[in-house]
Amino acid sequence: MIEVVNLTKSFGDLQVLKGIDLTIEQGEKVVIIGPSGSGKSTLLRCLNCMEDPTSGQVLYHGVDLTDMKVDINEQRQNIGMVFQHFNLFNNMTVLDNITLAPVLTQKKKMRKLQRSSKKFGKTDAELKSSAQIKADAKENALKLLERIGLSDKADAYPSQLSGGQKQRVAIVRSLAMNPDVMLFDEPTSALDPEMVGEVLDVMKDLATSGMTMVVVTHEMGFAREVGDRVLFMDDGKILEQGTPDAVFNHPKNSRLQEFLSKVL
Amino acid sequence: MGSFARKFQKFIELFQGSSADAYISEILTGLQNTAKIAVVGLLIGIVIGTLIATVRVLPKYKKLPKVLNGICSVYVGFFRGTPMVVQLLLFYFVALPLMGVNIPSVTVACIVFGMNSGAYISEIMRSGILSVDPGQMEGGRAMGLSFGTTMIKIVIPQAVKNILPTLGNEFITLVKETSIVSFIGATDLYVAFRKIGTATYEFMIPYLVMAVIYIVLVLVISLLVKLMERSLRKSDRGR
Ligand SMILES: Nc1ncnc2c1ncn2[C@@H]1O[C@H](COP(=O)(O)OP(=O)(O)OP(=O)(O)O)[C@@H](O)[C@H]1O
Ligand SMILES: [Mg+2]
Repeated sequence: MIEVVNLTKSFGDLQVLKGIDLTIEQGEKVVIIGPSGSGKSTLLRCLNCMEDPTSGQVLYHGVDLTDMKVDINEQRQNIGMVFQHFNLFNNMTVLDNITLAPVLTQKKKMRKLQRSSKKFGKTDAELKSSAQIKADAKENALKLLERIGLSDKADAYPSQLSGGQKQRVAIVRSLAMNPDVMLFDEPTSALDPEMVGEVLDVMKDLATSGMTMVVVTHEMGFAREVGDRVLFMDDGKILEQGTPDAVFNHPKNSRLQEFLSKVL
Repeated sequence: MGSFARKFQKFIELFQGSSADAYISEILTGLQNTAKIAVVGLLIGIVIGTLIATVRVLPKYKKLPKVLNGICSVYVGFFRGTPMVVQLLLFYFVALPLMGVNIPSVTVACIVFGMNSGAYISEIMRSGILSVDPGQMEGGRAMGLSFGTTMIKIVIPQAVKNILPTLGNEFITLVKETSIVSFIGATDLYVAFRKIGTATYEFMIPYLVMAVIYIVLVLVISLLVKLMERSLRKSDRGR
């Protein structure tokens, strides 16, 4: 589903990614671990071109996202991303945070459909009114909020939520777009310890539902439990990868061994 | 002191006399023009300022932003580097005749005030945009929203909230600056009160009253800005 081919990324003179090759299958849960500064976030952000790769390719369902002719916004609608610092829209309520992007993209699609149906004189696809789009998005958002037990926060602003609640909202905000892969960049690192669990629970739930997930994390317990494959990165390269059992219990690379002795 | 009272008496009498209506309507026209020029100027200024500020925070690696940036720099440099009276005169007596168009002077004042405040607001807006957490832009872009949409729906509303007090000051500046539009023959408070002064050969009281009107205007605007700020801050604290 995602194929990374010989990816490099430099910030000025600093080469952060030094040739990454990686294939992620539909439904796979990939966990990325590694020391600070090893390039984990950068790799993740290259997967949806939040950072433009310096060289190499990122193929998503065969479409090269690094190609300037590809409409990156359209592609990103299918790739959810969750950040360490949540990045909820501070000027909007929880509900509006969740419905904003679905409503805008749906409306755009409808406008396109309308134009083409006028041109070709056929309306085989169902045309939704903008009120209908909004109503549907709201209904879906409320369902998602119920799923994470935050229905009563629909009209709250992000500043009124705890860190754990913010991150759960951020996750369902991405889900509202019906993405087929979700990227997580240290989703629990900015949280107070007592809130980590509630966020990991939502993520586990998501994993069970079959979502394809790429997760950068320091939560080794989560990596073991949920990961199908664990990647160890250091110095801009993937040094070792395998099942959680292989990586955690039988590490081969000496730097991985050293890293694990520090974090476990 | 006695002469002051006499002058005041004379001023009051003027408004009881036969031509009172004419003077009152002149003052109202002046007040109306002041309000119109300041408000329309501010609105045009916000639009121009936001556009320029957006260009200035555009990622710089493409060619187009560089060209646009150059244009914006020249624009801002001109409007901040020359007095507004000069801009007004240039526009009214040079640019318009050269283009062969004829526009009422109040409209011209609105446009020039808008272009002028656009240059100042662009700087205010830029700092406002930069004060918004970059994570807000990332959040929008990661959802598949375009740079422009994210800017309009998420970043600029938060930027505006941050700069509202400064924007209020800009509006007050505009209100005060409207006292120069008589240079191109538009009626403002100054013109209205000068007429009264000329009619009575007595300028002390008319200009004093004019000053009081300006102060009241500014105080009222300051109050409105404060109220607006408070209601906007709701999204920070809730309740
Ligand atoms: N926008 C940027 N400009 C310049 N340097 C950057 C930028 N982003 C990241 N870097 C550098 O790239 C290197 C890798 O950063 P990255 O954030 O990918 O590491 P990481 O593995 O995610 O680390 P951490 O565990 O601390 O989050 C670091 O040395 C960092 O300073
Ligand atoms: Mg990181």
